[in-house]
Amino acid sequence: MSEDLSKLARKESCHPAQVLAGIPFAQYLGVYVELAGDELTAHLPFQDKLIGNPMIPALHGGVIGAFMEITAMAQLAFSEKFDHIPKPIDVTIQYLRSGKPVHTYARAVLNRVGRTVANVEVSAWQDQKHHPIATLQAHFLIG
Amino acid sequence: MSQPPFSNMFADIVGHTPYMKAIGVRYVGTGPDGVTLALPYRDDLVGDPETRVFASGVVTALLDNTCGMAVWDRINEFKPIATLDLRIDYMRPAMPDNELKATAKCYKLTRSVGFVRAFAYEVSSDDPVAAAQAAFIISNPALRAKA
Repeated sequence: MSEDLSKLARKESCHPAQVLAGIPFAQYLGVYVELAGDELTAHLPFQDKLIGNPMIPALHGGVIGAFMEITAMAQLAFSEKFDHIPKPIDVTIQYLRSGKPVHTYARAVLNRVGRTVANVEVSAWQDQKHHPIATLQAHFLIG
Repeated sequence: MSQPPFSNMFADIVGHTPYMKAIGVRYVGTGPDGVTLALPYRDDLVGDPETRVFASGVVTALLDNTCGMAVWDRINEFKPIATLDLRIDYMRPAMPDNELKATAKCYKLTRSVGFVRAFAYEVSSDDPVAAAQAAFIISNPALRAKA
């Protein structure tokens, strides 16, 4: 397969904030990104609507999963300069702690970016980075 | 005289889960195939405005919630449960303007873990948008007190 057949055309540069601006659902969740050089941190400010269990209260597991998926997409698009949003093939989420009703952060690591598939790992945390509330492993179709 | 099935409470539970309410999920029903929830189409939950397909994260939340309720259906009473892990395979994009359904069944229950399979689809689970496999930890206050 030649390079120009690739579904995901590359751009000169790609700002992750633009990637997120192109995802209505990321706007709905209120996700934004912060860049320190080439290091990307995604932020999910707390909102009442993100609660899954009002008795604890805890963030909805689906919110944490979605936030980590969006972080993976933003990191992938940013590092690889994609002009499209990468599509997930599969995601596996491990829930480690209940998500408190506070600000949540996430960072992604690209384990491997091949010709057709990328493997990405994400960790989400709240008050302590070394005590993640959840981790995600995902494969994205990129070719 | 047996008590009414816990699934009688499911519509209320969905209605009192803030995030489910926020994205507009409704309870459809419970049967031999499991628990079914539905999410009507909404433009603000889209992942890519070009294709107008639901964001994968929306499907994740719908499947996670449906899977948890399948555990409650199987234990047939309220116990606190927590998602241990959730794996989702995305088979194809959801169809724009269509309601997305999810059906989940808890196919194995131990004293502390529920194993669940689920599918997300528009018309039939034979043509899925996504498939999920999840494990839930079930809190057993009585067991914990004994330990």
